[in-house]
Amino acid sequence: MTIEELDQIADSVRAENAKYDHEINVCMGTGCLSQHSDRLKDALAKECEAQGKNAFVRRTGCMGLCAAGPLALVDPEEILYQHLKADNAGAVIASLGGEPVKELQCDLREHFDQQVHVVLENSGHIDPEKIDDYIARDGYRALLLALNDMTPNGVIRQITESGLRGRGGGGYPTGLKWSTVAKAAGDVKYIICNGDEGDPGAFMDRSVLESDPQRVIEGMAIAAYAVGASKGYVYVRAEYPLAVSRLTACLREARRRGLLGNNIGNTPFSFDVEIRLGAGAFVCGEETALIASIEGRRGMPKPRPPYPAVSGLWGKPTLINNVETFANIAPIIRKGGKWFASMGSERSKGTKVFALTGKIANTGLVEVPMGIKLREIIEVIGGGVPDGHKFKAVQTGGPSGGCIPEALLDTGVSYDGLMSVGSIMGSGGMIVMDDTSCMVNVARFFIEFCMTESCGKCIPCRAGTAQMHTLLTRICAGQGTMEDVELLQDLCSTVKEASLCGLGQTAPNPVLSTLKYFRDEYIEHIVHKRCPAGVCKIEKPQEVLA
Amino acid sequence: MLCAMFSLEEEFVPVFTPPPLPSDDKRWKIVNGTMRKNGFARHALIETLHTVQSSFGYLDDEAIRFVALSLRVPLSQAYGVVTFYHYFSLKPPGKHTMTICTGTACYIKGTDKLVAAAEQRLGIPQGQTTKDGKISLMTARCVGACGRAPVVLEDGELRGQMVEGEMLEQLERWAVE
Amino acid sequence: MSDAVEVKTLIIDGEEVSALRGQTILEVARENDIKIPTLCHLDGLSDVGACRMCLVEIKGSNKLLPACVATVFEGMEVSTNTERLQKHRRTILELLFAERNHICSVCVSNGHCELQSLAQEQGLTHIRLPYRNPELGVDASNERYTLDHNRCILCTRCVRVCAEIEGAHVWDLMGRGINTTVITDLHEDWGSSTCTRCGKCVQVCPTGALFDKSRIGMEHPKNPDFLPYLNLMREAK
Repeated sequence: MTIEELDQIADSVRAENAKYDHEINVCMGTGCLSQHSDRLKDALAKECEAQGKNAFVRRTGCMGLCAAGPLALVDPEEILYQHLKADNAGAVIASLGGEPVKELQCDLREHFDQQVHVVLENSGHIDPEKIDDYIARDGYRALLLALNDMTPNGVIRQITESGLRGRGGGGYPTGLKWSTVAKAAGDVKYIICNGDEGDPGAFMDRSVLESDPQRVIEGMAIAAYAVGASKGYVYVRAEYPLAVSRLTACLREARRRGLLGNNIGNTPFSFDVEIRLGAGAFVCGEETALIASIEGRRGMPKPRPPYPAVSGLWGKPTLINNVETFANIAPIIRKGGKWFASMGSERSKGTKVFALTGKIANTGLVEVPMGIKLREIIEVIGGGVPDGHKFKAVQTGGPSGGCIPEALLDTGVSYDGLMSVGSIMGSGGMIVMDDTSCMVNVARFFIEFCMTESCGKCIPCRAGTAQMHTLLTRICAGQGTMEDVELLQDLCSTVKEASLCGLGQTAPNPVLSTLKYFRDEYIEHIVHKRCPAGVCKIEKPQEVLA
Repeated sequence: MLCAMFSLEEEFVPVFTPPPLPSDDKRWKIVNGTMRKNGFARHALIETLHTVQSSFGYLDDEAIRFVALSLRVPLSQAYGVVTFYHYFSLKPPGKHTMTICTGTACYIKGTDKLVAAAEQRLGIPQGQTTKDGKISLMTARCVGACGRAPVVLEDGELRGQMVEGEMLEQLERWAVE
Repeated sequence: MSDAVEVKTLIIDGEEVSALRGQTILEVARENDIKIPTLCHLDGLSDVGACRMCLVEIKGSNKLLPACVATVFEGMEVSTNTERLQKHRRTILELLFAERNHICSVCVSNGHCELQSLAQEQGLTHIRLPYRNPELGVDASNERYTLDHNRCILCTRCVRVCAEIEGAHVWDLMGRGINTTVITDLHEDWGSSTCTRCGKCVQVCPTGALFDKSRIGMEHPKNPDFLPYLNLMREAK
């Protein structure tokens, strides 16, 4: 496969598409599929035939705005339809070429205008299982460019210049990680794509794997070239069956086209990828635990150093990056590291995909440049808190993150920005809470999560999270004391500083951040035995009649 | 089943005889297929356990022993792997499974109340199956469909924006089958 | 800083010491009679860095490193006994004592228990945390030895010695987090498992969780000193 051949495929796809007056893209990501968007697609195709319209209906991946699903996009007019059912098909097809169907139209300018789609540039525009669709949108050009015109070191330089940082939450400079693996001694090296996305409330990786999986594979292949690896694994959660089946189809297609396997692009570079299933363990998102899982063992992390970059899978140098990180690689190689670095803030370059959920009008995925204010995301893009309720906090970073109150919403979204307010970027989950949420209960919820997901190896995390859970449950039930709060803070300190891996080290974060910003709610529960949000069931002591 | 052949001059080289398939059930061939595809390597343990679970619905001692011995993984290590991962089940599933997501977004939208309602209606705590074997009630930590919260999986099929009434209706339908 | 240099100099608790490249902080400390508390470490077994008792402070970093697995580097400045570390060690011990049912007065290892000795050394006087009192059992099916889960601290020494030294890998862990327990084979009775009755696990167990039935009512000190010797003999082919 050469670049000329790629161009030929792209041209033929475009020529084929140009034969039609209209393209109707139907979202078939998990969210819309659960609302029978497959039936919608079939109905639309039938109506096209029945009404004799020169249009073609395409299955695509996620369009982002889950709250308005099932979604369909009519091109070239860029008309977005929402809440579609199969019996709307007639009206939609009839309107082609004329006025859109007003009552079905989704015209949320505020939601889309500020978004910048890099990772999501193809989601909703291509059929995820048709590699030619991907190729028609510059797919695999970056890989062939790298193989033919760049040295491995040259590739790493572009990634370093881009300022890309690990999108799984760690925020480690990607170029530096690649460079470490490239320099590690040894002929056998591995690439692992971390698709374990265990943070509850995060589904960015799921969406990318379902909507544009070739993008991730291309990123892995470029990485393999850069660091000297020839084998890659995509570790996907068992809870993402659609992602697994789409990926499987994509790997087959890529191999068929000679873009995976031996001598890719007629160069000496060979690379292939296998899928490995997770099995329901949040801790396997941690690099050393993930490696243990691929090795067929219990997912228990190991002390680092040594880092996987030097000694990882089966003791070999291993590059592990998140799905979203790999999804950024191809555009960086195509357009250059400088282009990527022109977006975002000083130390957080590029864009980030966030999963905006909870008590917010426009739930779904959004991709924004780093540095944008939280307030913009929540009030403008997200459409604010619905049903007349009042915003209370936004939780970022999953169980490793913190809750951010209204007063700090002008903070810019960046790795450092979020850390400065006691939270973290995390993988991108952003859960909005309103006045019906009890922050003490939220802290208890997260600690319960960490407790049940703890691997059990080290004492601070295993026993510490359990004890913290007991204390928080007591406080929620109105049986806590101020000494319990002191003990809680002490435990937070030990669990944070003495735990073996990131799960334990960050487990106290939700507790610490709610203690910092919502201490009054804790006091209300303890001193006045009352839950301000009305969530916690507190038994009032019986009144004794004199 | 570990045979040894050696003469006094040569180095001791044990010859491995894999265990026989536990029964004629065709599904064992599928399980064996997964192991063969991975060259009977130890690291194929989790992939193979997935095959057993998807073929039989759950993992019993016989299955774990067969896979462990075929891959030459110590029995306790195999059992440790099975019990470490939440996805693997040691008990047969009910005829139908209602899985309620308890991820953060779904929790904020009230799935804890859905769990309580289901537990009350079925008379079992989450993670268990009704005595008549008809319905299993499970929770999942996040199925990644947060945009459609609150979410449940009815026999693996995703249903978003679930309300208590709808969920209880489905449980009723399953209960009277 | 060239890594080709075989000998490193570093400072531990203000004392200048020398070490070979690849040595752990714990090894170097012990060579110089500097005590660092440990629980899951045992000479002769691989190190897992699980108990977190051996955490030390490194100048220039906020991250605490486990001395049993962290290797030395040139110019490292280690503090092994700061107030911060002492506080964490006591909390870790409190967490252990409150986690399961550790009742010294009725235990065969009373007076010879590493958990008990550590608590005394670290000056632990109170357990502030609520006792969890989990319902845990006893497996006395093995004709020679008994396992009492109430006394187990999940140090995994038994798992490691059986897998690495005896080679039988009878022991392993089941479950996850606070519900983790040690098991034999497919969670079967110890007595009917593939156990070879070598007794190594009993000797390496730091508490009275694993004990020799013949020692009930008598003193039961443990002697894991055979381990480094066994390793030596195995290496010399």
